[in-house]
Amino acid sequence: MQQLVNNIIASGAFGKNPPRDLIDALFIFIFSAIVFLGVAFPFAGIVSWAERRVWGRIQSRIGPNRVGPQGFLQWLADGVKNCCKEDIIPTDADAPLFKMAPYLVILAFVVPWAVMPFSQDLILADLNVGILYFTSVTALTVVGVLMAGWASNDKWSLIGGIRSAAQIVSYEIPAGLSIFPVVLITGTLSMQGIIKAQGWSPNTWFMFSNPFCFVAANILFISALAEGNRTPFDLPEAESELVAGFATEYSGMRYLFFFMAEWGNLFLIGALITTLFLGGWQFPHVSQNRIVMNLLELVAFNAKVLFIVFFSMWIRATLPRVRIDQLMSLCWKYFVPISFLDMIGTAIWVAIWPNGNPVAGWILFALGVVALMLFVRRIMYYLKRSRMELYYSPII
Amino acid sequence: MGTSAQYFKNIKETVFSIFEGMAVSGSHFMRKPYTVQYPDRTDVRVQDTLPFRYRGILEVDLEICTGCLACERACPIDCIVISAEKDPKTKAMVLAQFDIDIIKCMYCGLCSEPCPTGSIHHTTEFEGADYSTESMIRRFVKDPVLAYKPKKGPETDPQILPILNRGLRYLSEYEVSGEKFGKPPTDDAA
Repeated sequence: MQQLVNNIIASGAFGKNPPRDLIDALFIFIFSAIVFLGVAFPFAGIVSWAERRVWGRIQSRIGPNRVGPQGFLQWLADGVKNCCKEDIIPTDADAPLFKMAPYLVILAFVVPWAVMPFSQDLILADLNVGILYFTSVTALTVVGVLMAGWASNDKWSLIGGIRSAAQIVSYEIPAGLSIFPVVLITGTLSMQGIIKAQGWSPNTWFMFSNPFCFVAANILFISALAEGNRTPFDLPEAESELVAGFATEYSGMRYLFFFMAEWGNLFLIGALITTLFLGGWQFPHVSQNRIVMNLLELVAFNAKVLFIVFFSMWIRATLPRVRIDQLMSLCWKYFVPISFLDMIGTAIWVAIWPNGNPVAGWILFALGVVALMLFVRRIMYYLKRSRMELYYSPII
Repeated sequence: MGTSAQYFKNIKETVFSIFEGMAVSGSHFMRKPYTVQYPDRTDVRVQDTLPFRYRGILEVDLEICTGCLACERACPIDCIVISAEKDPKTKAMVLAQFDIDIIKCMYCGLCSEPCPTGSIHHTTEFEGADYSTESMIRRFVKDPVLAYKPKKGPETDPQILPILNRGLRYLSEYEVSGEKFGKPPTDDAA
């Protein structure tokens, strides 16, 4: 992107002696506007609709299908409705903090898009600490959530905010430790560097590179769900006990911001897993044309991310919410020790096979395929047992 | 069982129970949703799927109404208003007004039971919502009409015969015959 800006300035579009910093700021503004308004926010909206459709089918319902074709414009209708609502600020609330909290949450959601590796050229900034940047700015959510909980001056909000803080801070540890195996193998923190160390075929993905990485990928996925306040870890918004948690006192657009960040976080979870463990945008080299290759890589990356997004919707429709003590024991008794073992195991593995073990990749991939086949067989078993009329099309 | 064995058992059980749960919910993707998309996206109108004896909004077949006022007398909340008078010249009953206020109606069915011809009966129609109370009063008589006079023999008029047969079917389906709640309805009654 920096190169593109340099080319435009060199072509003389801004006169002979342009104010360099102002033009840089302008382009930063334009690129961020394109990414945030054109990609991040619509994605969050569309996910809110897709999620409701997926839940609907899992619960033998249909879900929203009236606004637009198959209800596709439901997210716009919801957004407009929420923006038209009154923005209520409680009298006893700490008004400046109360107003600021949703922006911090949304900030933690949009800032990681700067290092989102869509394809080999489509990345705003390929930082050499990319993955570290990614995990650290997504953890900013906790500030916004805690701020919302405190500023609302309401017991439900406060408990929700504190729970969220405890949860996110705890799960940062297994999530961070699960990133280390990949960093150990590649020796880089850059998003593009990690993806370039993998190949397009699944046996070269880091998820299948060794058994420890396979476990780490699963731990990272579950920890990311917990950090994104997703079911089964959505304790901060447990409506049966906390009304709406930290969002209890919010209304209108600010309320929308919280949930937009929550749905948008699904993409971040998917992108994190895809980049680290599923080969990112890697695609077979089928064309010499750079633009065509970039488009294919964009499709490959998004397909993987959307699969993860779909999978987390599926999980949300399946698993019940865990208790707070179960949440904490899962993190501290299971994930933290296991991810430490993963890190040590990967370190030993890398010491033995510095360039990776290709046989292990194939074996683990084959095991994964076997597990998938067993899973499909189990699904067919339940379908057969239900003796219900089948309907395969997602359109209804 | 030792603590460490319990630890690994927990992990195993978690993995397998999530495996099973995901398989169950995954199988639901392929099942047909139960939802009936009332009112506009059903295969058949919901009214047509209801049984013949369904107590919906009242309807009067004026062609076979004898003007006997049995329904007006039977109504416990007086939601039926009829004015039927004998024309002094022709000695025929003339219906000048037959109003049913469906706001008041409680769908008890007491009016349809004494009707000799089954002229007043419930339909399967249930969508009664409207914007004004005035429009909720069903006025069946626009202009004064002659009331129906039962023939001595069987009905001969081909236009009235099907209406009368339908009305009598309502009567026979509501008939109480000795037993406490009448005969159970059979499908071949039609």
